Amino acid sequence: MVNKKIKLFLILSSLIFIFFTFYLGLNKNNYYTTENIVYKKIENFESYEFFSNKKINFKNISPDKKYIILNIWSSWCLPCRKEHKNLTELRENIEADLIGLNYKDKFENAKSFLSELGNPYDIIIKDKNGLISIEIGAYGVPETYLINNINKKIIKKYLGPINEENIKEIQSLVNQ
Amino acid sequence: MNNKFNIVYLLIFFIFINYSFADEKIKRIDKVSKNLRCLICQGQSVYDSQSEFALSIRDLIIKKIDEGQTDEEIYDYLKVKYGDWIIYDPKLDKNTILLWSIPLILFIFGGLLIFRKVIIIK
Repeated sequence: MVNKKIKLFLILSSLIFIFFTFYLGLNKNNYYTTENIVYKKIENFESYEFFSNKKINFKNISPDKKYIILNIWSSWCLPCRKEHKNLTELRENIEADLIGLNYKDKFENAKSFLSELGNPYDIIIKDKNGLISIEIGAYGVPETYLINNINKKIIKKYLGPINEENIKEIQSLVNQ
Repeated sequence: MNNKFNIVYLLIFFIFINYSFADEKIKRIDKVSKNLRCLICQGQSVYDSQSEFALSIRDLIIKKIDEGQTDEEIYDYLKVKYGDWIIYDPKLDKNTILLWSIPLILFIFGGLLIFRKVIIIK
């Protein structure tokens, strides 16, 4: 009798344990989380300016601006095409420089992308093999970062194309 | 006679089946990338995937190996950027102690059950 009770207790407790393990584990969304890199500093990197091919240092970008917005884009990326008008709108209504990071792109394709849709970027930096994006902690294109330009820390990260709501949020963060 | 030779060939084949002529660096790149999760793919490692993300990570591994970094240093670098989730083989620490100890506990528990059953039957 006592043995049976112990068995029942053991089975029940292990069932409850398994249930909660799965409940917590499966609810946790591990994909595309941004928490790992927000508030982290972006280490300095060196690359080339898109049009002039001049060497450029991340730490020297827009020295007079308090905030910069870094947008990773590519001409082959369809969502980038979609978000482009939002980026243009954002750039027109904000006191921050918009930096484009051209991700794994062909120069000619990127140029025709910009001449077709307009160029909202203050500076475009090349990321030929995607290593700069990894240095920043990006998953792919498009991604947008609001960065404190004084200490180079990431304030906010947006995965995927930015929308009207994101624009409002970025504006309120910059105007704080 | 012929049969004997066939057996020798077969033996040689089985001895060298795991041996590859790829050099050390490629082996290391493969080893590291097999232990890294391709974060934007479903259930693929960086080694398996052909996504832009995985290709970039592989470029990064090559760069870091050329710089003379160890596997651990590469994992730590990526962990800072992308979190522990990127590593398939989690290290033993206070967060993963349950993960590592439960199979062992279950194994011992199961062994005890079987042992008791055997003794009872005897």
